[in-house]
Amino acid sequence: MSGAGTACFHCGEPIPAGFAVTARIGDRDQPVCCYGCKAVAEFITGSGLGDYYRYRDANSTRADESPRPDRWTAYDKPELVERLTRAEPGGARSMTVLLEGLRCAACSWLADKALRLQSGVLDVSVNPATARARLVWNPDKVRLGDLLRVLESVGLRPHPISGEPAVQLALLERRTALKRLAVAGLGMMQVMMFSVPLYIGESSGMDSDIRQYLRLISMLVCLPVVLYAGWPFYAGAWQALRARGLNMDVPVSLGIVLAFVASVFNALRGEGDIYFDSVTMFIFFLSVGRYVEMIARHRAGSVADALARLAPVTARRIRGNSIEDVQVIDLSVGDTLLVRSGEVLAADGLVLAGDGRVDESMLTGESAAIAKGPGSRVNAGTHNLGAPLEVRVEAVAGDTVLSGIVALLERAHAERPRIARSADRAAAWFLSRILIGAALVCVAWMFVDPSRALPATLAVLVATCPCALSLATPAALAAATSALARRGVLVAHTDAFEALAASREVLWDKTGTLTQGLVKIEEIQPLAKLPANRCLELAAALERWSEHPIARAFLAVSDETETATDVEVHGGEGLEGLVAGRRYRLGDERFVLQLERHPRDSERLAAPEKSGWIYLGDSEGPIAAFRLTDQLRAEARDCVSALEGLGITSRIVSGDQVEAVARIASRCGVEIFESRMTPLAKLEYLKDLQSDGRIVAAVGDGINDAPLLRGADVAVAMGRGSALAQTSADFILVRDSLDEVPATVVLARRTKRVIRQNLAWAFGYNLLVLPLAALGFVPPWLAAIGMSLSSVAVVLNSTRLSRKSPTVDGGRWTAVEQAKAAG
Amino acid sequence: MNIIFVLIPLGLVLVAFGLWAFFWAVGSGQFDDLDSPGWTVLTDDKSPPDGEHDEPEGQIK
Repeated sequence: MSGAGTACFHCGEPIPAGFAVTARIGDRDQPVCCYGCKAVAEFITGSGLGDYYRYRDANSTRADESPRPDRWTAYDKPELVERLTRAEPGGARSMTVLLEGLRCAACSWLADKALRLQSGVLDVSVNPATARARLVWNPDKVRLGDLLRVLESVGLRPHPISGEPAVQLALLERRTALKRLAVAGLGMMQVMMFSVPLYIGESSGMDSDIRQYLRLISMLVCLPVVLYAGWPFYAGAWQALRARGLNMDVPVSLGIVLAFVASVFNALRGEGDIYFDSVTMFIFFLSVGRYVEMIARHRAGSVADALARLAPVTARRIRGNSIEDVQVIDLSVGDTLLVRSGEVLAADGLVLAGDGRVDESMLTGESAAIAKGPGSRVNAGTHNLGAPLEVRVEAVAGDTVLSGIVALLERAHAERPRIARSADRAAAWFLSRILIGAALVCVAWMFVDPSRALPATLAVLVATCPCALSLATPAALAAATSALARRGVLVAHTDAFEALAASREVLWDKTGTLTQGLVKIEEIQPLAKLPANRCLELAAALERWSEHPIARAFLAVSDETETATDVEVHGGEGLEGLVAGRRYRLGDERFVLQLERHPRDSERLAAPEKSGWIYLGDSEGPIAAFRLTDQLRAEARDCVSALEGLGITSRIVSGDQVEAVARIASRCGVEIFESRMTPLAKLEYLKDLQSDGRIVAAVGDGINDAPLLRGADVAVAMGRGSALAQTSADFILVRDSLDEVPATVVLARRTKRVIRQNLAWAFGYNLLVLPLAALGFVPPWLAAIGMSLSSVAVVLNSTRLSRKSPTVDGGRWTAVEQAKAAG
Repeated sequence: MNIIFVLIPLGLVLVAFGLWAFFWAVGSGQFDDLDSPGWTVLTDDKSPPDGEHDEPEGQIK
C-alpha cells in the first residue's frame, strides 16, 4: 500500500532522497513527498475524513506546494458571485465547478463530506464520471471563496465553470443516449421473443394467421427502435453525405433502412423473410459501443472545460487611479489590465509598462519564459512569471490566440479527419463490394427471370449488411473498451484501435510524459562553508516569492524556517533578497557573481555542465550550486523496451535543450530523438514519417502536444496532462502511468485479430449459405438456426477480449480487496 | 392459441410502462452518477470505532 516507506502516503509518488518529513495521520507518522501533500493529508484526517484513504482506488494528485489562498478572494465579492452563480429558491446560490484531481468515487465522497462540514452549504452533488460538483449554499452564511478554498485544501483544485450550458449539454446527451439504449435493448429482447417462435414455427408448422400476427407485432416493436434508437446513425450519415464524405454511419444507416424497409414490405404482403431481429440487434450493439465511447469522451473533457482551466475568470482592471476586480467577460478592447507576477493573462494585448517574463509554453512549447517589455505582445492563457505588467487589451474572449487554437481543435475534432481515414476506408470498401454484388445479382436475374430480380437483390443486400457488420466489429470493440477501462485506460475513439494495432512508430513527448514533469533538486554542491541544508533553506526562503516552476522544487523540500524580505524578481536571471539581514542572490551564474564585492575569475566555479545548475551567492561569493532535473518515470524504460519487443520504434520529440533530451533518451533506451522542437516542427516531423507510409502513434501531455496528438494516427494522452491534450487523444491513461501503453497495443492487436476472425466467419457463412439458400437447398429453419449460431459464435469470440488479466492492479490494495478482507 | 392475441399486446403495454418508468428515472437524474451513491452508504457519517476492525497496514484510526 502507499505507506510502504518509499512512496508518499497521499499522492503515491516516490519520496525524494533525504527528505524525511512525515504527516501525522491518526496516531501514526506517514511519509510524504512534500509539504503540500503533508498539509493536505493532515487536513483531510484532521477533518475526520480519513476514511478517504481507505476507500480510494487511485492515488491523489500531488499537492501544490504553494497553495495561494488569495487566489479565491475574488470569489468573495458579492457582485461577482451574483454573476457567476445562479439563484436558487430561498436566497441560495448554486454553481458548478470542475474538480481537477477527482479520480474515483472516494475522491467524490471526500469532496462531498468536506463541503458539507461547512455551515451554510445546503446541497452538494459530486459526479465522479464528469469530475464536476454542483454546490448550493446560503451566501449569508458562507462565502463562495471559502468553499473553493476547502476544496483546494483537500487536494481537489476547483475550476469554476462559466460554460454551464456545456455541462447541461453533456448531461442531456448522456441521458438521451441512455434512453435510446433502453429502447434498443428492450426492443431487441421483445423482437427476439417473437422471432424464436417464428423460427421454430417454420419447421413444426404454425397457423398462418398466428405467423402473420407475430410478424406484424415484430414490426410494431421494431418501429420505435429504428426511428428513435437509430436516429443518431441517420443524423451522422446525413452529415457525412452533406460534407461529401463517407463515414461508418453511412453503411450502418443503409443497412438499417434497407433491412427495415424490405422487412416491412415482406411483413405487409405476408410472405418473404423478415429481418426485424437483425435490425434491432444491430442497433442495440452499435448503441452500446457508442454509449461507452461517449462516457469516455465526456470524462476526457470538452474543449470548454479546457478553456475553463486555462483562462482566468477574473482580471484586474486599472481605471484612473484605482484597480478593480472584474470578470473576464466584462473586459473590452482598450481596457488596461494589471497582471501581477504569477497571474495568468486574461486577454491578448500590448504591454504598456512593466518588465515581465511570460511563460508561453502552452502556446509555443518553448519552456523558457520570454522577456516582455513595453511594446511587446502578450497572449491570453500565458503566465506572467516576472514583474507586474500593465497591458492594454487588444482582443478578448473569442478573438484571442488561445481561442483560435481551441476553435481549430474543436473543428478538427468535429470533422475527425484522422479517425475517419482508416475506419471509413474499410466501410467504403465493404459498402462498395456489397453494392456491386447486389447489382450483379440484379442484372443476372434480369436475364433469367425479371420478376424475381427485386426479391433476390433485396435478399443479398439485407442478409449481408446486418449480419456481417452488426456483431463482428461492435461486439469486439465494446469488449476491448471495457477491458481497457478496467486497466485505467479510457478509450475516447474506438476507431483508433485499428491504427494502434498497425502502428510501428511512437513519438514521445519528454516533459510530463517520459518524465514526471516535476522539477526536483537532484544534487546540492556547497561551494562555501555553509552546510547543504542551510543552503537549501536560504534558497527556499527566496524562492517562496517566485512563481517559477523551479520554485516548487525548493519549496517541496524545505520547512519554512527562514523568511526572506525585500525580494526582487530579475526577469530571466534570478531572485535577490534579504534573509536574516544578509543579501543573497539565487539564479544563473553571471547574475549571482555580480553581487560579489571582490569579483574573481568565474573559472573558479566548479560547474560540470552549465545547463541545469543554478547558484546561490552573497557578497562574499557563491555559496552553493543546485542541480535540477526532471525525474524520469520509473516505468519509462520498461515501457520503451516492451514496445520495441512489439516491433514499435520509439522516438522522442521535445521542445527542450539537446543535453536534457539526450540524457533522458539514453536513460530510457531511445536512440532517435529531436530537441528544440516547436509544436509546428513536431507536426512536420510527424508528417514526414507519415508520408513514408508509416502509421505513427503519439504520446503527450501538454497543450503544446495537442497539435501533434491531433495529427498522429493514434494519440495517447496522460491522465494528469492538460485538458486540451486529452480532447485530442484517442486513449487516455487515467492512472498517469506508462505501464499500460504496451498492454494497450497488445489488446489493440488482439482486437483487430478478433474483428478479422468475426468478419471472416460472417463473410464465409454468408458466402456459403446465400447461394445455397437462393437455389433452394437450405430450408428456412436450418438457415435460422445457422444464423443464430453464427451470431453467438461472433459474440463469444469477442468476449475473449474482455477476459480479466491477473496483472490489472499491479498488486495495489484496492477498495474491493479491502472490503473482502474486512468482511 | 388465440389467447396470444390478448396476451402479447398486454405484454407490450407492460414493456411500454417499464420504458416510461425508465425514462422518468433517467429524466430525474437517477442515472447521472452510478458510482458514488454506493460508496456513500458504506462510509456514511460515522467512522469505524477504534481498534474494532482488523485494519490493513497504514490505515487511519
